[in-house]
Amino acid sequence: MNTFIVVAIILIALGFAYNWGARASRSVANRTGAKMHSRPIYYGVYVMLWCAVPAALVLVLYLVFQPMIVDAVIGGYLPADVAADPGATRTAMRNIEAIASGYGIIGDVEPYQQDAADALSAFTLTARLALIALAAAAAIGGLVFAQRQIHPSFRARNRVELAIKVLLLTCSAIAILTTVGIVLSVLSEAIRFFTFVHPFDFFFGTTWNPRFSSTGTGGQGEYGLLPLLWGTMMITIIAMVVAVPIGLMAAIYLSEYAGPKFRFVAKPLLEVLAGIPTIVYGFFALVTVGPFLSRLGDVVGLDINATSALTAGIVMGIMIIPFVSSLSDDIISQVPQAMRNGSFGLGATQSETIRKVILPAALPGIVGAFLLAVSRAVGETMIVVLAAGNSPVLTANPFEAVSTVTVTIVNQLTGDTDFASPQSLVAFALGLTLFVITLCLNVVAIYIVKKYREQYE
Amino acid sequence: MSATALAEAPHETRYETIRIADPSPRETKISAQDVHVYYGAKEALHHVSIDIPAKSVTAFIGPSGCGKSTFLRCFNRMNDTIDGCRVVGRLDMDGEDLNDHRQDVVLLRARVGMVFQKPNPFPKSIYDNIAYGPRIHGVARSKSDLDAIVEHSLTRAGLWQEVKDRLQEPGTGLSGGQQQRLCIARAIAVSPEVILMDEPCSALDPIATARVEELIRELRENYTIIIVTHSMSQAQRVSDRTAYFHLGYLVEEGPTESIFNDPQEKRTKDYITGVFG
Amino acid sequence: MAITSPDSAISGGFGTSNRDLIARRLAARHRSERMFRAVGLGAILLGISLVGILFGSILSKGIPAFTQATFHLDVAFDPEVLRIPERPQKAADQSVAEFNQELLSWQRRLRTANWNRLIQEAIAAKIPAAADNARDAIGLVASNERVKLWEMVEDNPAIMGTTQPVSLIASANVDVWLKGNIDRTLEQRYQQLSALQQQWSDALYEEGVISMDFSTVLFTNVDSRSSPATAGLLGAIVGSVMMMAIVMVVAVPIGVMAAIYLEEFAPKNRLTDFIEVNINNLAAVPSIVFGLLGAAVFINFLGLPLSAPLVGGLVLSLMTLPTVIIASRASLRAVPPSIRQAALGVGASPTQAMFHHTLPLAVPGMLTGAIIGVAQALGETAPLLLIGMNAFVASVPSTPLDQSSALPVQIYLWQGNELRNFFEARTSAAIIVLLAVMISLNALAIVLRHRFERRW
Repeated sequence: MNTFIVVAIILIALGFAYNWGARASRSVANRTGAKMHSRPIYYGVYVMLWCAVPAALVLVLYLVFQPMIVDAVIGGYLPADVAADPGATRTAMRNIEAIASGYGIIGDVEPYQQDAADALSAFTLTARLALIALAAAAAIGGLVFAQRQIHPSFRARNRVELAIKVLLLTCSAIAILTTVGIVLSVLSEAIRFFTFVHPFDFFFGTTWNPRFSSTGTGGQGEYGLLPLLWGTMMITIIAMVVAVPIGLMAAIYLSEYAGPKFRFVAKPLLEVLAGIPTIVYGFFALVTVGPFLSRLGDVVGLDINATSALTAGIVMGIMIIPFVSSLSDDIISQVPQAMRNGSFGLGATQSETIRKVILPAALPGIVGAFLLAVSRAVGETMIVVLAAGNSPVLTANPFEAVSTVTVTIVNQLTGDTDFASPQSLVAFALGLTLFVITLCLNVVAIYIVKKYREQYE
Repeated sequence: MSATALAEAPHETRYETIRIADPSPRETKISAQDVHVYYGAKEALHHVSIDIPAKSVTAFIGPSGCGKSTFLRCFNRMNDTIDGCRVVGRLDMDGEDLNDHRQDVVLLRARVGMVFQKPNPFPKSIYDNIAYGPRIHGVARSKSDLDAIVEHSLTRAGLWQEVKDRLQEPGTGLSGGQQQRLCIARAIAVSPEVILMDEPCSALDPIATARVEELIRELRENYTIIIVTHSMSQAQRVSDRTAYFHLGYLVEEGPTESIFNDPQEKRTKDYITGVFG
Repeated sequence: MAITSPDSAISGGFGTSNRDLIARRLAARHRSERMFRAVGLGAILLGISLVGILFGSILSKGIPAFTQATFHLDVAFDPEVLRIPERPQKAADQSVAEFNQELLSWQRRLRTANWNRLIQEAIAAKIPAAADNARDAIGLVASNERVKLWEMVEDNPAIMGTTQPVSLIASANVDVWLKGNIDRTLEQRYQQLSALQQQWSDALYEEGVISMDFSTVLFTNVDSRSSPATAGLLGAIVGSVMMMAIVMVVAVPIGVMAAIYLEEFAPKNRLTDFIEVNINNLAAVPSIVFGLLGAAVFINFLGLPLSAPLVGGLVLSLMTLPTVIIASRASLRAVPPSIRQAALGVGASPTQAMFHHTLPLAVPGMLTGAIIGVAQALGETAPLLLIGMNAFVASVPSTPLDQSSALPVQIYLWQGNELRNFFEARTSAAIIVLLAVMISLNALAIVLRHRFERRW
């Protein structure tokens, strides 16, 4: 409820500022009789911006510095022995904040905590009031400043448009910030992991056995990446063996043979596969495909695990079919009709034209699509979590359970271990590996596809 | 008479084509009889009948949209590849109806080659471009056979001297004129009886055009050539006979000289003298 | 027929004409053409039948779970058994606090009454043997269903001493037994129900005391461990809805604005090329990496709570952003430049041309992209696991900072439940719910696209 009131007050204030600006511009126009540079709406928005931005800045600054100020306020009350121990400091801080907020704590309240809490709540109250006053002052200041600028020759529209552009630029910067955030967070945590385990042991180790008992002093466990990478590769290969022929042939049929009606029906049906969440595929693999393969194995005398590289690979392949087919469809459609005519004109049959002219011409694009599909398979998580069997061993047998990089990331981070332990941090080293692999695949693939498109534009 | 007045001429009227016989008649290679072409419900070409003489160049001229290219594509059934396009009528080549649905288009297109408006070499090497036809049709028995076909075709197309040292380079790397001659060589490689050319020089510069025209005149000795062109001077330079199309009708056909020097139809005359077009 | 071409001597080589050579291979070539075509058609049919198998498998497993074995019993609210005092009335001389205290203790008393006995007696009314086998009788009914009885009394104390018709959900094992989801010929020591319970369940089902009713609890309850039969999706649905809302509020506006900037205002230079590559790449980064980002930045660095829809929504927003940007740029690009030029021609600034002319025409396309992005985010599981959403949560989140589950995560948790026979169907039912929402969203996108599709 409180939030609603705050939002309402802000909206009313902004509306007021807008109105103020728009009206001021009209009255200036009437008084001076001159033609204003911009329409009243721009003066209104300009004033509104000057009202909102400084106040927002004040709020943001407060939010950023609040924790530090709180620490400083409480810090003075902590006894020396507590302040010396970081763990105890954290506990004490939490307790004090709990007392100050009125929730209270379980157990006895130590006098210094009570004092600190009193001081904190007094400070918080003052700070709140000061904040409101300051924000209001900033808003009014901005309002007055902006309103004074209103003048027939003042280019309000250009100013407002500049503000809009800055906003738009900020939004597109977020995409970059996301990448930076991924790289920085994954890299820094991975580096922390490498202080526990030597990178060489990680990247070239052949045993994966991260003992979860972080209490024991007898070693931290073994973190060899290779079994996981191998499992990932095996599943990816199986997935590609399933997806590429089916997807490519489907794309060829859709773009070269199918009539418009068939295409209209079949294409969306196939694309349904692309919209199904991966958890659903995982479940499908676990309860339908796995048992089926296992029974099939019994019939033909093979020992196939219900959860195995094969199960996960096949289902992942099914998932990737529409991805391969719609990308290939796009690419094949880009091959100019002139190529087809040239080949038909020489008496080639349609399949000869496709195999000997269109596919070679589309090859770069198809390779790009293939790489994107590989990147998809490498990063896929839920299917392998459910259906690969989670057994991080080096095996060449696709009928056995394996584990992958993504499965292990999930396992290591969803356990009950401390975030700062190597058992958790290794997830980031794995994530880094995964990110680098998929990044390379994506960048190469995107480059190839782009070059391919340009060739036929 | 203006072009708009012509456009308003009722389509239902059955125009009779004016035909002028050759002073020295040749053997007929293809005889089209009452050919109609429809795109969906729209009739694009109306009752066209014409005899194409063997080992000569026949030019189809006319303003754009007159149906000359559509008609050309009937000869190797390329209209089959266009959705909703329907061809009615007889096209006799050596006594067989090309338009018969039992006719194998694969074989037909091997016999009736085609060169397109824009050079369209495959994104393959020069050698593979030429070898493509012989390979798919399986007419070369050995590598040396194929080499011979490639060399022969390129020689015929007047390209051998220019490319013999770079046969493995991509065909798309050649200049426009060279590409078009490559496409002609590609068509020759399956040794067709007829070669159809759909405005083969429209994308070329004047020098390349002259080179291709010279080639067409040479090829006339051995092939029946039908060329669609919008350049009247080109028709005059390369063709033995000319057929003038207008709004889906074949208006007039006869020896090139007589068409250009003494057109019988007013529309032909207007077109040739540049009243419209 | 004679071939007139002189080239046949060279290409044919051995006296046979080209035409004969070609004709000889025609049949084989047409055969391989038909084969190729059949393989292509086969690939599509295989793909479509895989869709069919997947849906068939999930529907056949999941649809039965929308009905659930339910008891229809006449429960006698016997005061002798329950021994519950009168509901306290507020006396005139009582303070509010005192009254509340009294009411609270009454409610506590209510909760600890012997409700199981009532259920046992109600069953015994149908099957006399149940009177002597309390454990077996009570085990038939889902354990959380007692709540229903005391809530009835709490709402209306007057029913004490009367007999009321009550519907109670049967325990998961009864449901599994009656639906045939367990092998009935299995040895007794492997069975979850005792021999008596099996016999009774069948008898009660015959009599119509147990019937298969639509499982409303699936939508109105939260997850439960102690009483799997009454576990529902409400918490997960609310959590997912909150996250979708956050994605719509965060990713869609930012994505659209970024697209406008890149398409309309950005100078064409190295930097924008880099942004372009970066966005395309971001769209292909595995979702789990976004989960790592969330764990490291939102949870560990910013200290936001684990399992919160807010964090999940933000992570999904970042993940959806590239999709929205790419779709929005495509639809901006689809607006013909002539419209923009016309606006500029009459003196509009580029910003005005954008916001007044180009953007309104691109909105349907953007909307379609946004809906598809949101649907994609709805089905995403992996990143949510990394920010702690795999925790068991038995409550409906009331704010985006509360602990919560999400639909796909609930599916993940249920499929791992050790009560496989019951939860396989329950999970499939949850999947059906998820797919139904996703398909509706996608259908909406398709309708929008068709409705507003404009050919220039």
